[in-house]
Amino acid sequence: MKPTKCRVEERGTEDDRNPNPKPFTSLTTPPPAMESLGVLLTFPANSYLEEELNKRCKLFRLWETPPENWRQFLRANAGSIRALVGNSTVGADAEMIDALPALEIVASFSVGLDKVDLAKCRERRIRVTNTPDVLTDDVADLAIGLAIATMRRICEADRYVRSGAWNAKGDYKLTSKFSGKTIGIIGLGRIGLAIAKRAEAFDCPISYYSRSEKPQTNYKYYSSVVDLAANCHILIVACALTEETRHIVNREVMDALGPKGVLVNIGRGPHVDEAELVSALIEGRLGGAALDVFEHEPHVPEQLFGLENVVLVPHVGSATWETRKEMADLVLGNLEAHATNKPLLTPVL
Amino acid sequence: MSVENHTAETPAGERELPLVLLLPPLFPHFHVALTHKFRFLKPWESPLPREEFLAAHACAVRALLCSGPTPVDAELLACLPRLELVVASSAGVNHIDVAACRRRGIAITNAGNAFTDDVADYAVALLIDVLHKISASDRYVRRGLWPIKGDHPLGRKLGGKRVGVIGLGSIGSAVARRLEAFGCTILYHSRRKKPSVSHQFFSNVTDLAAESDVLVTTCTLTAETHHIIDREVMLALGKDGIIINVGRGALVDEKELVRCLMEGEIGGAGLDVFENEPVVPQELLHMDNVVLTHHQAVFTPESFHGLLEVVMGNLEAFFSNRPLPTPVSE
Repeated sequence: MKPTKCRVEERGTEDDRNPNPKPFTSLTTPPPAMESLGVLLTFPANSYLEEELNKRCKLFRLWETPPENWRQFLRANAGSIRALVGNSTVGADAEMIDALPALEIVASFSVGLDKVDLAKCRERRIRVTNTPDVLTDDVADLAIGLAIATMRRICEADRYVRSGAWNAKGDYKLTSKFSGKTIGIIGLGRIGLAIAKRAEAFDCPISYYSRSEKPQTNYKYYSSVVDLAANCHILIVACALTEETRHIVNREVMDALGPKGVLVNIGRGPHVDEAELVSALIEGRLGGAALDVFEHEPHVPEQLFGLENVVLVPHVGSATWETRKEMADLVLGNLEAHATNKPLLTPVL
Repeated sequence: MSVENHTAETPAGERELPLVLLLPPLFPHFHVALTHKFRFLKPWESPLPREEFLAAHACAVRALLCSGPTPVDAELLACLPRLELVVASSAGVNHIDVAACRRRGIAITNAGNAFTDDVADYAVALLIDVLHKISASDRYVRRGLWPIKGDHPLGRKLGGKRVGVIGLGSIGSAVARRLEAFGCTILYHSRRKKPSVSHQFFSNVTDLAAESDVLVTTCTLTAETHHIIDREVMLALGKDGIIINVGRGALVDEKELVRCLMEGEIGGAGLDVFENEPVVPQELLHMDNVVLTHHQAVFTPESFHGLLEVVMGNLEAFFSNRPLPTPVSE
């Protein structure tokens, strides 16, 4: 069953959220209700999250079983698994949810919910939480860092120095200035706004595409992504992945962005038609790209490896010690709230 | 020796153009623009050794255009008795004997604000790269390691970091303004406290380092600022500390920097400049917690265009007896 679109309006309203959330800390004694909570962790999380889950709950580690044996593993443990912690790679699709009749809550270690079958969760009355806000800064910082790295060819320069090739002081080439360039943002949610705020400090004019105009901002609105691309220098993907936004950056958009334009994708791989992207870059129809996400992670099209006008990073958007701990605390806090019948911290359903 | 002696060397129409001594290298597209307005003396095109050439041709020269790193030292100045102006096509003037110029009343101009944005952008990008391991993980991906070894090691968050800016001139201020938008706290060291600035001032760089997570060097290189980041400062900065150098290599004690990185006394560095360019210490080439670039921070078309305008503006102002747009003041 295909995931239906995740509409912002369906996210937890202020009423649903705990008005006085007690921040989760690893020093709090786990309540007895947590100890009997069977939690399926779908991915090899950082040690803090795994250790805390192991300490507090009954932990089942899905990734230790090869995918071909998952059905068996789930069947064996289905009676105990009441909670699932997934990430942007392995979430909770229809098949997984069907295999877990006792599932009560999906606490996603991500803000994006494209890997969670929300319709199925709604149908089964399974609660869903994510990790908004805590990773906004990191992802926005990365978007700007990637944009400048691409425009100024920083990774390329680093490669050049490490190769030992720098042997003449006059060895330089001109690269594209970042400050003052027009930034086009697809999706002006939390992350999009944080990117805009940073870019303004570089005197970059901001324009955006969104499902609806945001009159409370002063940024220039475009009702079509192609028009946005045609009128900006750097196009940044910062929207949620839904059926509507799949391949929102297609050949037409890339051609509009053009041979001097740079695409930055810190959303999800499927936002961009990857095959078209590779041709556009190789043929010079698109000036450059910085990619944190790919259609089939961890696989990255090898034709990109030899290009100097791309920056390729392995889905590091929220990958800092500080943010991963905050995300983990949110997951743990949501699970504890659920186990003790308190309001969830960051509910989506 | 009068200027008329040069007419045999130059086409007739250029007789009236002001004479400027040129020290190489000069960026090719500058040459085209400037030779419409000025006549250049180019010592390197002569078979004569430089001193002889200057003695023969440069006695009347009043202006000199130089690009670092060719030094404008006391020896050269002594060959130019009529010199009144040195136009530097760089922000830094450490390659010029400033004291000797002062004594002779020779004015010096630099690049003014032509490079400010680009250098500030570069400094910010180097910092994000070091913290988020952008270049390191780009290498990781290109080597095909993501499917084999899984996720790359975690980086560190920029937001909330305390950034100590050493030198709060136009570039330092531009860096500060940008980093504030990322949620950083700005601290600074400068020769003098700046009353119009609200950031916390430190008169001592070691004290600044002790209160900072990051140090960014955006000051000019002088005798006083040579090795302004030394071992003491690095130890005060601490094991997670990061150094970003977009000024001049010699602002940082490079040998000590390498030692501190190898010993884990500091956390990482982003370096666009080195003490002995193009030589880069071998040890750095194998580290993942450093980002190394080959003095690229100013190389954009906009900076070059801005620089050309500044150079042209200073030369034109000088030869028309108008105030210089970007004099270097002490």
